[in-house]
Amino acid sequence: MSSQKVVHAFYTDDDVLLDAVKTVQDAHYHIEEVFTPFPVHGLDKALGLAPTRLAITSFMYGIVGVCVATVMMNYIMIQDWPQDIGGKPSFTYIQNMPAFVPIMFELTVFFAAHLMVLTFYMRSRLWPFKQAENPDVRTTDDHFLMEIPAGDDVEALQTLLKETGAVEINLTEKH
Amino acid sequence: MGSHYEAPIRKPLVTGNKSYHDVSVDVARPVEGRANKQWWIVFSISLAAFLWGIGCIIYTISTGIGTWGLNKTVGWAWDITNFVWWVGIGHAGTLISAVLLLFRQKWRMGINRSAEAMTIFAVMQAGLFPLVHMGRPWLGYWVFPIPNQFGSLWVNFNSPLLWDVFAISTYLSVSLVFWWTGLLPDFAMLRDRAVKPFQKKIYALVSFGWSGRAKDWQRFEEVSLVLAGLATPLVLSVHTIVSFDFATSIIPGWHTTIFPPYFVAGAVFSGFAMVNTLLIIMRKVCNFEDYITMQHIELMNLVIMLTGSIVGVAYITELFMAWYSGVEYEQYAFLNRATGPYAWAYWSMMICNVFSPQFMWIKKLRRSIMFSFIISIVVNIGMWFERFVIIVTSLHRDYLPSSWTMFSPTFVDIGIFIGTIGFFFVLFLLYARTFPVIAQAEIKSILKSSGDKYKKTSESHE
Repeated sequence: MSSQKVVHAFYTDDDVLLDAVKTVQDAHYHIEEVFTPFPVHGLDKALGLAPTRLAITSFMYGIVGVCVATVMMNYIMIQDWPQDIGGKPSFTYIQNMPAFVPIMFELTVFFAAHLMVLTFYMRSRLWPFKQAENPDVRTTDDHFLMEIPAGDDVEALQTLLKETGAVEINLTEKH
Repeated sequence: MGSHYEAPIRKPLVTGNKSYHDVSVDVARPVEGRANKQWWIVFSISLAAFLWGIGCIIYTISTGIGTWGLNKTVGWAWDITNFVWWVGIGHAGTLISAVLLLFRQKWRMGINRSAEAMTIFAVMQAGLFPLVHMGRPWLGYWVFPIPNQFGSLWVNFNSPLLWDVFAISTYLSVSLVFWWTGLLPDFAMLRDRAVKPFQKKIYALVSFGWSGRAKDWQRFEEVSLVLAGLATPLVLSVHTIVSFDFATSIIPGWHTTIFPPYFVAGAVFSGFAMVNTLLIIMRKVCNFEDYITMQHIELMNLVIMLTGSIVGVAYITELFMAWYSGVEYEQYAFLNRATGPYAWAYWSMMICNVFSPQFMWIKKLRRSIMFSFIISIVVNIGMWFERFVIIVTSLHRDYLPSSWTMFSPTFVDIGIFIGTIGFFFVLFLLYARTFPVIAQAEIKSILKSSGDKYKKTSESHE
């Protein structure tokens, strides 16, 4: 990515941050990113982020899980090596299903949980040896950082941010 | 301040006038500081117990299961008792982090990290017992659905023991990712505070490069909610399936439909007792009195009281059903439990699990640290006896009086059990020195509604 000047505005209160986000957007600035130390409720709506679809993926992964369990147990217990265990012969999957319910359930949960978490890690680019991308170490402690492309009139932007209650405003290169 | 309003009647969950930065400093202190003398003493004792347990496991595997006290009548005893006990202890962690999240109980946030750690460490101990009991643990992978070396003989999916394999491995792995996902922002906080390069490297590695973008947090919250929704039925299914190990058999005393709910209630009961044991010590040693408050301990005591009473109702229902069934084998099994040679175990169980939690009705007692600690230990002992009573007393007098016998553990049985307790504490103590033991990001998000600093200011504005 070509280098680009950005303004970093720091806040120390989540409510001040939320108001600032609204003010900055009303002044028609584009907020590139907001880094916060904890989930600030309403921030995603204020920034206009689309709702996440991870829950939907989890549901679909769950369906995959129950299908895997069914296909696996049908092949193993009914097709490949049917046995008569305790006077209960393995003729059809549906007749033997009560015994298969626990594992159908467990594999549904297994697939839904693990594949959703993997999807989350991939989408949010989280994995071991990944370099952190928060521009300032204080954003995991008690500072909230708003990143705005500097544009042409940096002075005006900085004045506006000052008015919204930013405790520190820096002009930096974005890498 | 409007969005952070909480009724003044709710007691603050974070005391000591904490600001966001104070929370970071407090959570990082045990990790950044050096271990004190008590930590080393407890760690050494735990390590010694763990090594003794390893010795007994090696002896068992190299000599055979004959080193245990099992005989042809009692083929299951301490191993499965310990297995069920440890799995049960694990349940409180998931209950706190998942069920209390679904119910939006903010008090979970001070304790969920350690409770989940306890879950994972306890389930690891539980897993050791079936593995050791196999006799040839290097063939442990045979429990997975792979055909045998001759081609196509598979594991038996009709067996509750195989359901257990799937339930426990799903439970352990899902708990682990739930825990780790919640840890990412807190590891990131430690990473960004670290001054020593080695520490910074390690926390950078384990925090997966967490940066705290608005989108990341949105996904994080959704993933936590969905994982909680998945973990809730999962945790109920795990002990249900553990109880199927017994309930699907035809042994009098085991073959009962009440087992699943009764085992789940017992698991939550023993798990909360273990959380109380660990956290009462931890809040003192790590100076977390402001985060794990009297209010937290009182609420956990109330859960112990409730689940202890459910367990009590289950014991009495079992007795009633044995009588009402009219099945003489069933009737004898219960008569033998209460009045037979193992009556001492039965009545220890009754006193520890049904009688002792009833003290928690008294507010003064449930708000006493010392008393809570004692009861938590008593409950853990009682729940171990519950499994012992169910397993050994149902087996030791079988259908042929000529094969009636008693069970006595050998030093190996005892050694492996002590070893798992040591292993559990070794893991927990290492965790307490290296992990953020309080979910600081979550605590910060409730600080304005439940921290005493902000509660006081919002009250003074009224």
